[in-house]
Amino acid sequence: MKHIITALVENQPGVLARVVGLISGRGYNIESLSVGPTHETGISRITMQVPGDDRVLAQVTKQLNRLVDVIQVNDLTTAPLLHRELVLLKVAAPPAERAALIKTAQTAGATVVAEESAAVTLQIIGEQADVAAFIEQMKPYSILDLARSGIIVLARSGAA
Amino acid sequence: MRTGADCIIDGLLQAGTTTVFGLPGGTVLDIFAKLYHAPLEFFLVRHEQGATHMADGYARASGRVGVCIVTSGPGATNAVTGLATANMDGIPMVCVSGQVPTHMIGNDAFQEADTTGITRAVTKHNYLVKNVDDLPRILAEAFEIARTGRPGPVLVDVPKDIQQAKTSATFSGPVKIRGYKPTPEASPRDIATLAEAINKAQKPLFLVGGGVIAGEAAAEVTTLARKAQIPVTTTLLGLGAFPETDPLALRMLGMHGSVAANRAVSECDLLVSIGARFDDRVTGKIALFAPNAIKAHIDIDPSAISKSVAIDIPVIGHVKAVLQALIPQVEPRKRTDWLNQVSAWAREFPLTFNRDDQELLPQEVIEQVYLATRGEAIITTEVGQHQMWAAHFYKYTHPRTFISSGGLGTMGFGLPAAIGVQAACRDRTVVTIAGDGSVQMNFQELVVAVEHDLPIKVVILNNGHLGMVRQWQEMFYKREYSAVRLRQDDRAANEQIDTTRRKGYLPDFVKLAEAHGATGLRVDSKREVGPALKKMLAQPGPVVLECIVKPEENVYPMVPPGASLTEMVQNMA
Repeated sequence: MKHIITALVENQPGVLARVVGLISGRGYNIESLSVGPTHETGISRITMQVPGDDRVLAQVTKQLNRLVDVIQVNDLTTAPLLHRELVLLKVAAPPAERAALIKTAQTAGATVVAEESAAVTLQIIGEQADVAAFIEQMKPYSILDLARSGIIVLARSGAA
Repeated sequence: MRTGADCIIDGLLQAGTTTVFGLPGGTVLDIFAKLYHAPLEFFLVRHEQGATHMADGYARASGRVGVCIVTSGPGATNAVTGLATANMDGIPMVCVSGQVPTHMIGNDAFQEADTTGITRAVTKHNYLVKNVDDLPRILAEAFEIARTGRPGPVLVDVPKDIQQAKTSATFSGPVKIRGYKPTPEASPRDIATLAEAINKAQKPLFLVGGGVIAGEAAAEVTTLARKAQIPVTTTLLGLGAFPETDPLALRMLGMHGSVAANRAVSECDLLVSIGARFDDRVTGKIALFAPNAIKAHIDIDPSAISKSVAIDIPVIGHVKAVLQALIPQVEPRKRTDWLNQVSAWAREFPLTFNRDDQELLPQEVIEQVYLATRGEAIITTEVGQHQMWAAHFYKYTHPRTFISSGGLGTMGFGLPAAIGVQAACRDRTVVTIAGDGSVQMNFQELVVAVEHDLPIKVVILNNGHLGMVRQWQEMFYKREYSAVRLRQDDRAANEQIDTTRRKGYLPDFVKLAEAHGATGLRVDSKREVGPALKKMLAQPGPVVLECIVKPEENVYPMVPPGASLTEMVQNMA
């Protein structure tokens, strides 16, 4: 099962390595990872998607809590969540196809963030399934480059 | 203004340190310059692994934080095994390591290693100090983290320029770390649930681990067990937490546990683990572990709960506080049937060996050590067959008297650990039970004992083999003895050497002991052992007693790896 694990951590060198090391040391791949400061001074939030065995990941979550620099860990896999991912993709856009491409993208909720002579760069923000569907939709246009932010989440009120 | 090196010495002294083990080098010259004037007893080791094991032995014997100082690069990498050993067994230690100057970090500088990176997974926590103003606080935090919660080793990596930099910063506490909550308050409801389960149980069993020793709760365990008449088995690290001379004692359980202990686990209706973490050497096959029992677990570390064995009644808290709350809620009982049952097993299947054997058996040597020291010595061990025999044939009645590397199983631990133990307990008899394989891994540290007149007694059970590996090859690998013969003869074809030029055993341990300035003795027959032990114990200063024992003796009982605790092999016949 793919787990969504978030950790509030002290914003200091080494903390990401500790968190990631606990997971990679068990041979699990972190599928997506995002880190950024929170509104509280000195505290950062790490959000990870990790596919793996439920029992092992429950143990990992407990052991993450044991790390001195980790303030709080939650496995939000089954919690009600708001989640978002941002994707930037550069798509080949010869003059003849450009207008149709942009129209398709905009209909899907993407915005144009840069235009070059042979390509446009699009941005889409949304739930992971939606941005994945959009990427599929753009494939016929020849994707030249692509970057995903990794998922970030907040629990809906009332959830952990 | 004080230098970073001053701050380090101050931090050690403020934490109550009296004793430091270590070895200098380029990046810790500033610390050693201050150490020169400091009121700290210093033990100059010959290899940094020795320093970590000495600090570890010191901590296990005294309950205080063990302290060592090593230089950067190879100094720090040599310390890794000792840190991992302490981390696995939850032993409080602070290791200060030197690092290349801040501006050279990452440049492949001379004697540079990414020490915090390398030690991240083998310490409870570590620090790379980048600002001298942080040093006083970090030192205080390091000691606090090392000794609280589940104790463990903390490494503080200090670049040379930080040691030289000046600061007016001080730290007077208290230590506050947002993400570190070491001692959870046990829930009274959980304790009441456990008390009720104990009161209801017909066939309860206590499984006592190293947490009871770390948590200073041996007296409470004894009170509770006697009040409720509950038999007690211990893990290897729990030896001494409950007197093995007590009628309720079932001795050690697990792979080389007693029949009584392993049967009791398999038959009990309530198993209460007190500070034991269900190591795989304890449980055997998990699915068949204590199959009829409600399982309760008292532990200070929430991540230990249900890690391998699913727990029905978890109690998270400090073991001493939990037991103190539990004792009045547990009703006195007789449990005559259950106790008759377990003592019948203990009588029928005692830990034993063939006393009729004409050759000197290793078990007999340990039994003689027990008699000669009247059970009052502090025993340290290396790792292997001799370690198991030391667990079987010496009876431990007090906490902190059996000092052994359990989790990591570190050969080379016992001799330096004994030096740390003796440094902490000058008036005690300290005996290392060693194998001829293990003892060679840190033999060089014997000079430290000689120099400081720490009269450790090292009993080497020389069976000419890496005995435990040989035993596994005998039992599970078709008796193909690969790379386990320490004698020069009778080796496999690919390891043979010219036995016309050299035959026998190297090194000569008696000469080796003498070369280190210690007394060396050797015996190879039953009748010599008693007198030799008397001589060893009467002899001032460190003594090495080599006992040439039967080469192919095995440790029994044995639960084969992956089998249930009921599938004990009693002997090969």
